[in-house]
Amino acid sequence: MYAVLTGPVFYLSLAVCFIGMAVRFYLYFRGLSWQLDRVAYKAHPKAGFNGAVRSIYKWLIPFGTYGWRTQPIMTIAFFCFHIGAVAVPLFLAGHNVVLQQKLGFSFPTMGAAMADFLSWMAIAGLLFLVLRRLVLPEVRILTDKKDWGILLLTFLPFATGLAARYQAGDYGFWLTTHILTGELLLFAIPFTKLSHIFLFFASRAQLGMDFGIKRGGMKGTKMAW
Amino acid sequence: MPEGTLCNKQPIDTAEGITTLLADKSGKKYYEEMKHLEVDSDLLWKTIQNTCKSRIRTWLEICAHCGMCADSCFLYQVDGRKPTQVPAYKIQSTLGEIIKRKGKVDADFMIHCMEVAWSQCTCCNRCGMYCPHGIDTGIMFGYLRGLLYQQGFVPWELKIGAGMHRVYRAQMDVTDADFVDTFEWMVEEYEEDFPGITVEVDKENADIMYTVNAREVKHYPEDLAEAAILFHIAGENWTVPSKGWEQTSLSMFAGDWAACKMQVESVYGAMERLRPKRMVGTECGHAHRATVIEGPYWAGRKDGLPPVESIHYVEWLAEALRLGKLKIDPEKRIKQKVTLQDSCNYVRNQGLKNAAREIMSYIVAPGYFVEMAPNKEHNYCCGGGGGFNGIGLYRAQRNQALQKKRDQILDTGAKLVVAPCHNCWDAIRDLEEEYEIGIEWSFLKPLVIKMLDIPEHLKPKEDDL
Repeated sequence: MYAVLTGPVFYLSLAVCFIGMAVRFYLYFRGLSWQLDRVAYKAHPKAGFNGAVRSIYKWLIPFGTYGWRTQPIMTIAFFCFHIGAVAVPLFLAGHNVVLQQKLGFSFPTMGAAMADFLSWMAIAGLLFLVLRRLVLPEVRILTDKKDWGILLLTFLPFATGLAARYQAGDYGFWLTTHILTGELLLFAIPFTKLSHIFLFFASRAQLGMDFGIKRGGMKGTKMAW
Repeated sequence: MPEGTLCNKQPIDTAEGITTLLADKSGKKYYEEMKHLEVDSDLLWKTIQNTCKSRIRTWLEICAHCGMCADSCFLYQVDGRKPTQVPAYKIQSTLGEIIKRKGKVDADFMIHCMEVAWSQCTCCNRCGMYCPHGIDTGIMFGYLRGLLYQQGFVPWELKIGAGMHRVYRAQMDVTDADFVDTFEWMVEEYEEDFPGITVEVDKENADIMYTVNAREVKHYPEDLAEAAILFHIAGENWTVPSKGWEQTSLSMFAGDWAACKMQVESVYGAMERLRPKRMVGTECGHAHRATVIEGPYWAGRKDGLPPVESIHYVEWLAEALRLGKLKIDPEKRIKQKVTLQDSCNYVRNQGLKNAAREIMSYIVAPGYFVEMAPNKEHNYCCGGGGGFNGIGLYRAQRNQALQKKRDQILDTGAKLVVAPCHNCWDAIRDLEEEYEIGIEWSFLKPLVIKMLDIPEHLKPKEDDL
């Protein structure tokens, strides 16, 4: 089982995730239409580029936009979760040993204490998001089974990873389930709302171009939309 | 009965058609027929496949259901924070559902969609600025309106309004002759007060071609005279076209894209015929949106721009004051608390927040201008945007919608609201009528005229009086 998961399935999950998202990225931008979207993307590349970059950049920064600032508690929970969810998988020392072995490259790594901290921070953020879904009527009405599925898919690699990290019970079991759930997540990315991991950049870039070209950018507005 | 005699999928293309529909008071029979109007599911699904591309599909798909858009929507706020008023829910349960069912929906569902599209969204686009994914629900509702219009599920007044544009190239039954006559006649009325004032129709190569809102011709002709007075005093070389003078587009509110194209092409035609340096439009929000911001796309202009530089009235007025073409008598400036209504259509949707504020700095004595909160791009819709003001069927919802603007105005403590937008002006008038908070409201033109410092040579000579 372990051999299969760290062998062919490992490569397959990465391939499905990255090729799948490359295809979706391509289809997204190919599907943009200046006339249907009513945005002259090609006629004003500079204004469009500036708008897109500003929009992505500002929304990636905690409290970087008016929108984030109006909902501070949500913003804190959101970033606690997302910083952990992005940084831990990419920069955990253990993950990078595997990356080096399997693919011949690795990212800079973080210390164990930092990884623990970010992981718990992500779990705390995620639990807050769950709580929000349960408690707030305006979020509850939007929530469907898929939303819970995605939260579970995201929660499992963290939970199993931490269980393995603290060697709670059978280390081998937790490690195997950690790899399994991590790969499941990778498989799911292109086919579910998890695609937002990549499509966030596409969607934000589009609205940034829209405002940057048509809705203020060319009149000198420099805000992030 | 698949198609009604009044309520059907056919756009109105004749004056008789308009008269017939108008005769059905409040659309009583029209809405009755709508209940039995058959949905052409094949056409609906085909249209979606051809026009609903990656932008909207991705928006619908990646919406994280986080609810961060809820508080951005004033209609959610004034409706007791009902979860069904959350923007994401409104669009997912209408457009999202139609797509999910591949267009196989019935008349009841379409009537529900109509209600949501025209009474629970004014297409103010505010929610788009609060979504981490950049999902603009207002744009999607605009798209949904187009689908509903194509199937005949559109509020009675807007079916008529779109028909008006098709028949008269104006939002009301105002002909080109009516426009020219009214403008000339109104200007003549002021010949004694402003010697030399005139309106030249169809003058070629003028610096400014002025375009209006047909309501001004029909109901507020004074506005035409005021525009002429200000151009005259400012010494502008200006003209109006005898054809293509109407900037507004109820067809945009209705989702009748073919009529939008016809309407805006009539204005662009005037630009191409008269070759002015610039086009200046009147104090209207959606008119500017239709002709200057969205219009180029309907007309198939790849650069997204009108044939000549086109500016909103606030941009022209700010410039005229800045350059000293118009001078204000400091003694006559506004000396009472006054606030400003930012129109969604040219502030949030074209970034023109500074122009009106620059004007306020000239016409209001220091210390009397009070901002609404929030303001500029973050301001709330007046409550009557996107066609909401004009739809009798949703009058109760519209009146409730006015509460947000009422409270914003009350919070400023101002008794005068400057509203350089016809829709906002109407909504604020109606909110005073409905809630009686003791305010006045005004366009910029009449305010500025009252406080002008007119150069001697433009004043009437003593012996003329």
